[in-house]
Amino acid sequence: MSQSMYQEIILDHYKHPHHKGLRDPYDVEVHHVNPTCGDEVTLRVHVADGVVQDVSYDGQGCSISQASTSVMTDLVIGKQVDEALRTSEAFLELMQSRGQLEPDEDVLEDGIAFAGVSRYPARVKCALLGWMAWKDATAQAADPTRRGTS
Amino acid sequence: MTSLLAVTAGGQRSTSFDVEAVRADFPVLSRLIGGRPLVYLDNASSSHKPRQVLDAERAFVEQHYSNVHRGVHTLSQEATDGYEAARDTVARFLGAPDSHGVVFTKNATEAYNLVAYSFGNAAAGSRFALGPGDEVCVTEMEHHSNLVPWQMLCERTGATLRWIPLTDDGRLDLTDLESLVNERTKVLAFVHVSNILGTENPVDVLVARAREVGALTLLDGAQSAPHQPVDVVALGVDFFVLTGHKMLAPSGVGVLWGRRELLDAMPPFLGGGSMIEVVQMSGSTYAPAPERFEAGTPVISQAVALAAACDYLQGIGLDRVLAHEQALTARLISGIHDLDGVTIIGPDSLEDRGAAVSFSIEGVHPHDVGQSLDELGIAVRVGHHCAAPVCRRYGVPATTRASSYLYNTEAEIDALLEGITSVQRFWSA
Repeated sequence: MSQSMYQEIILDHYKHPHHKGLRDPYDVEVHHVNPTCGDEVTLRVHVADGVVQDVSYDGQGCSISQASTSVMTDLVIGKQVDEALRTSEAFLELMQSRGQLEPDEDVLEDGIAFAGVSRYPARVKCALLGWMAWKDATAQAADPTRRGTS
Repeated sequence: MTSLLAVTAGGQRSTSFDVEAVRADFPVLSRLIGGRPLVYLDNASSSHKPRQVLDAERAFVEQHYSNVHRGVHTLSQEATDGYEAARDTVARFLGAPDSHGVVFTKNATEAYNLVAYSFGNAAAGSRFALGPGDEVCVTEMEHHSNLVPWQMLCERTGATLRWIPLTDDGRLDLTDLESLVNERTKVLAFVHVSNILGTENPVDVLVARAREVGALTLLDGAQSAPHQPVDVVALGVDFFVLTGHKMLAPSGVGVLWGRRELLDAMPPFLGGGSMIEVVQMSGSTYAPAPERFEAGTPVISQAVALAAACDYLQGIGLDRVLAHEQALTARLISGIHDLDGVTIIGPDSLEDRGAAVSFSIEGVHPHDVGQSLDELGIAVRVGHHCAAPVCRRYGVPATTRASSYLYNTEAEIDALLEGITSVQRFWSA
């Protein structure tokens, strides 16, 4: 089996996810689902002094959604929120590239393993599930009036 | 079509047919996927189309096409004749007493919505009207298309939705049937053969109970009509639904069959051209069925193609299609039983089941199973199959589903079984 989409990095994160499990303290918790496949993630963010202090999560889903969420936590925890959001945009751009973009390893680190996934449009939503949940939670954390909207 | 019949060496007519001759009618089956022969086992989602169906649609559009029921010119008449002949063919296919009960819709989903919205439009006191205190009963194994429209109807009218639950082995739990279908029940809508579990439900038992209490019955035949002989009179239901794209026809056409006296009494769902009798600025009266339920320009060439698909299936014989699929299903289920770590979700016997077989592979998410099988050229469906409550009932987020049709072979079932083994090897490494 050639398994062109499943890079070793993805399989590693799937089998040994980073930062998994729901933790305190947190400012916002969100629950996102992919209605077409049933994958779901519950995700908490803790932001202080403009820095992503912690992202914790629990969920169920395919290797792509679970590994992508694990990679995302590595990329955003400890970063300034602005910088983390720029990383998130870079990942989104990669996933929308249909395999046409050379990812920047300095920015996306293990996230570059998902370049191949972008050639499978049916799986792009899997790769974005955790990222979208984090973005939503972070936006709510920054704007308390939006809390509890998802 | 009798040339397709296989004759065994002993001179007895086989219950199967020459599958290679059938396959030759489906150009897509000779495609390679990633360099490997396509193994198409996603038929419960949508089937492929034989040349005969494509040719019939093309010939109609190239030589006889026009709008229907509107003009006096030659093409208009020919198109109308073709469209109405398609209705006659579908009526025969379903064993219906006449064509008046055959309504063309865009798919099965529209057919369920048609009935539900029509009931919702009924005047208070009409036999179709629902209100607080009335009940609609479905089953826990419904496709979303035969569930959500009834939920919406209940929300609009204040009626109560009830459902027949499932047993652990994927069948309807009829223990409380008498209380679930009772004097308050106006409609019992249920699936003939489940798209996710493969279960074939006991139509006779459910129809008998519905009749006792005067409830109308609607049978979802989307997964039965393509695969087995169907006779709506023998089934005894009030409404029957099928969709073309799962039975060798193009997408864009489905059928609602209803007992004529019911359809003629039901209020319309969509308003517009073709469904009217007299239109005045102050109000309109409506045509009888089936036109009453076919507002606007209908699905014309797709209906003609659906009739060609009915002819194709009946030319082979639905009993032979069924026998062929049952042999494949037996091979698949027995092959899965021989594998460790693979669990069938649904009946794991051959009794009262169709050709859709859902399963879970321990430790591998269905999406990864589907992707890995695709690398071997094998097309299966993964997900909740538009029956999310079933997944919830059996504690799985999704399933992998293999569903055979008349053009699948034993070798393809074996390829799937080998594929499952190879998926297990890859994901346990």
